[in-house]
Amino acid sequence: MTALLTIIIVLFVAVAIWQLVKIFDLAQVDSQSSPVATDKDNKLNGYLMMGFLAFIYIITILSFWYLGDLPLVSNSASEHGPGLDNLMIISMVIIFIVQTITQFILHYFAFKYRGEKGKKAVFYADNNTLEFIWTIIPTIVLAGLIIYGLFTWNDIMNVEEEEDTLVVELYAQQFNWKARYGGEDNVLGKANVRLIDLDKANILGVAEDDPNAQDDVIVTELHLPVGRPVLFKMRSQDVLHSAYMPHFRAQMNCVPGMVTQFGFTPTVTTEEMRQNQDIIDKVQNINQIRTEKSKELTANGEEALEPYEFDYLLLCNKICGKSHYNMQMKIIVETQEEYDAWMAEQTTFAKSLN
Amino acid sequence: MSATVDTHGHDDHDVHHHKETFVTKYIFSQDHKMIAKQYLITGTIMGVIGVLMSIMFRMQIAWPEKPNVLFEALLGKWAPEGVMDADIYLALVTIHGTIMVFFVLTAGLSGTFSNLLIPLQLGARDMASGFLNMVSYWLFFLSSVIMVISLFVEAGPAAAGWTIYPPLSALPLAQGGSGMGMTLWLVSMAIFIASSLLGSLNYIVTIINLRTKGMSFTRMPLTIWTFFVTAILGVVSFPVLLSAALLLIMDRSFGTSFFLSDIFIQGEVLHYQGGSPVLFEHLFWFLGHPEVYIVILPAMGLVSEIMASNSRKPIFGYRAMIMSILAIGFLSTIVWGHHMFISGMNPFLGSVFTFTTLLIAIPSAVKAFNWITTIWKGNLQLNPAMLFSIGFVSTFITGGLTGIILGDSALDINVHDTYFVVAHFHLVMGISALYGMFAGIYHWFPKMFGRMLNKNLGYLHFWVTAICAYGVFFPMHFIGMAGLPRRYYTNSNFPLFDDTANANVIITMFAIVGGIFQLVYLWNFFYSIFYGKKTVQNPWRSTTLEWTAPVKHIHGNWEGAIPHVYRWPYDYSKPGHEDDFVPQNVPLYDGEEELQH
Repeated sequence: MTALLTIIIVLFVAVAIWQLVKIFDLAQVDSQSSPVATDKDNKLNGYLMMGFLAFIYIITILSFWYLGDLPLVSNSASEHGPGLDNLMIISMVIIFIVQTITQFILHYFAFKYRGEKGKKAVFYADNNTLEFIWTIIPTIVLAGLIIYGLFTWNDIMNVEEEEDTLVVELYAQQFNWKARYGGEDNVLGKANVRLIDLDKANILGVAEDDPNAQDDVIVTELHLPVGRPVLFKMRSQDVLHSAYMPHFRAQMNCVPGMVTQFGFTPTVTTEEMRQNQDIIDKVQNINQIRTEKSKELTANGEEALEPYEFDYLLLCNKICGKSHYNMQMKIIVETQEEYDAWMAEQTTFAKSLN
Repeated sequence: MSATVDTHGHDDHDVHHHKETFVTKYIFSQDHKMIAKQYLITGTIMGVIGVLMSIMFRMQIAWPEKPNVLFEALLGKWAPEGVMDADIYLALVTIHGTIMVFFVLTAGLSGTFSNLLIPLQLGARDMASGFLNMVSYWLFFLSSVIMVISLFVEAGPAAAGWTIYPPLSALPLAQGGSGMGMTLWLVSMAIFIASSLLGSLNYIVTIINLRTKGMSFTRMPLTIWTFFVTAILGVVSFPVLLSAALLLIMDRSFGTSFFLSDIFIQGEVLHYQGGSPVLFEHLFWFLGHPEVYIVILPAMGLVSEIMASNSRKPIFGYRAMIMSILAIGFLSTIVWGHHMFISGMNPFLGSVFTFTTLLIAIPSAVKAFNWITTIWKGNLQLNPAMLFSIGFVSTFITGGLTGIILGDSALDINVHDTYFVVAHFHLVMGISALYGMFAGIYHWFPKMFGRMLNKNLGYLHFWVTAICAYGVFFPMHFIGMAGLPRRYYTNSNFPLFDDTANANVIITMFAIVGGIFQLVYLWNFFYSIFYGKKTVQNPWRSTTLEWTAPVKHIHGNWEGAIPHVYRWPYDYSKPGHEDDFVPQNVPLYDGEEELQH
């Protein structure tokens, strides 16, 4: 990667110098030349247009080569994920084709029809058939995408709370996340920030006299049983936050004064995901980067970085203040048994009060 | 002024007897050409500030928490021992966005070229109200000054993102920048909106009333069409932002609860009850989205004009172009919700906005194809202005295409507020509009200053900028698809993103080089104002009326009578004419047919 960086920079500087020299040459040869483009300018810039087309293609290829593992279109960990990824891939293929062709035509025309003295342009002002074609084709393609997109969107967003749905509250504050489970009755107790009582350690403002609240469980690490639909009820106590769970293709803002929701079904446990070959490669790559960085750090007498191990994450994705960049919570997807065992260890809300 | 606006020949001698002092000529000028230059130079200065900020925060992203001499020199107490503070990082991001969107690409672009070209291309002696025009500029100047002053307040400038969503922007308890810094931001923007409204009303009235004889709506250059629709959009949408800003000021200072409810912060419950931040988002984006088109439409107009002139060919599909400008203008007012798919609003609304949003791709596609067909079989004069125009079409396509992903509510769930969004909007409205602005400057510089910009420096400027623009924003799509959120001070708390670190370094390198090479342009610009080669009256051999006016700027634009218009503005290479262009004020010869476009 560092090698690539160096190559690109060197290449770039070379191009820049070559340009500079060329241009100063030009400037000297015909210093009395007109300030508008001459045939020579047209020729040079025509060729540069083709060069630039090559540059666009090269940077596309390089981006795919080095950054193209595209974690957000593969290895989703939720039930709705593959459908969404599919839509993403279809859209990207369409974009890629249109981009490649139109950029070629644009730059090729700029090269091919570069001006020459005495040449006359074609007087060609309009053509209704052409206009019709390039109105109707985008319309058809977009209609397809809209319909597909809306079906996907409705499937994701219209979550019905069913018998076995696990209801979890995600609670955001500057600059951390908490999660509240309904406990044995799977019903969340009522809550409002006005009920927050720090002296009694009631940090989420849960109603202390609500019978449903007594068995609620408040944690700082999100555990989810695999294969069971989960419905998140989201609250924020201070400013806007956004609960972003990229591996599950899930995101929803947390808005003070209202409860927002998002639901999905996790399909892959953390353990299984760690065994996934793509993830193993990614982790290996990251750890290699971290080892190199650690060498640098230890040489300066600083602490080495810890090796990275894959985990699902919940990130804050709406600017929320100074430490926005470090507002995260670990998500662990596990089997129902593991989940039950973990849950049994947690303290209920009633017992956690001072 | 009424004497100068009062049409034909007989009063021209009065015009020349006007006594012009330094103050009335250069400072409180009511002449649209001078006001255009004032807008351009103020916009340029703001642009330098905005770009410098972006280079600083890009350095922080590439080399997080590393001491940097630039930070130490420019940020003072916000960079203790040269390490950038997290608060000022957010402030830089916020003010960069505000300055670039409003001060450079709205006032600097639309203000400059609407003022310069509307009277000149329509054959008017000046704007409908020269006085309002002057007031509009000076309000803009005042708002710029206040915005710059806000950078120096004790607790820091506004830092809640350029979208200033409350409660973050409303509560000084939540963020230092939400105190005095945000107050000044709001005051500055309120004044800016007043300036923009005065300007827009003036443009609309001028275009409707002051067209010269023969200048029907379907003989107007596309530049004027885009300025017209832009001005209407401004009048429709800016007041909504003003109301949002006023309500936010009330929430902040007078204890109302329009946008705030149920807040517990720093150990205390605040009194706010019943408001909703989502309401603010609606109000903000009701302006915010049309604003994107307020930025891009004038650029489209300039590019259309420059492409036709430099291709020596009529713009392809003049009528289709007008229809698509109108369609884009209309649709842009009903798509704002695509910024809010995951804001907590009803998912059904999300469906509606997905539908309208993807519709807007159709007129955009029509425009792109029309530009490409315009250069087909042309005799392309690859002047710097033409290069920037072709660059505009290129970045508009690249950036516009990813809008298909972001406008789709389902896909937006996962790339919302990641670098994918940053890449998308910078290419499609940031870089594209900037290219449109540069194209306009290279093309109309002779009209503004009577001198030419250096062509070779223009080429150097374009090619380096073009490479750097792609170098910065193309890889950003990919780190966005890796899930990297925008507005993170550093990514080092997420080992997950360690594999994007090198890409971020490369992006920053391109940004630095691209930024430095803007100095070439700045030098060319300011040097050429004074020492550039003197221009001839119509250096690009264009057809529109501004090139029939003398090089020397005079009050009232034309000596003698105002030119009349006999044909549409795109008679380039028309068969039956010796020259490859026929100005609009040349009558049809016997038996010549005007194109039924």
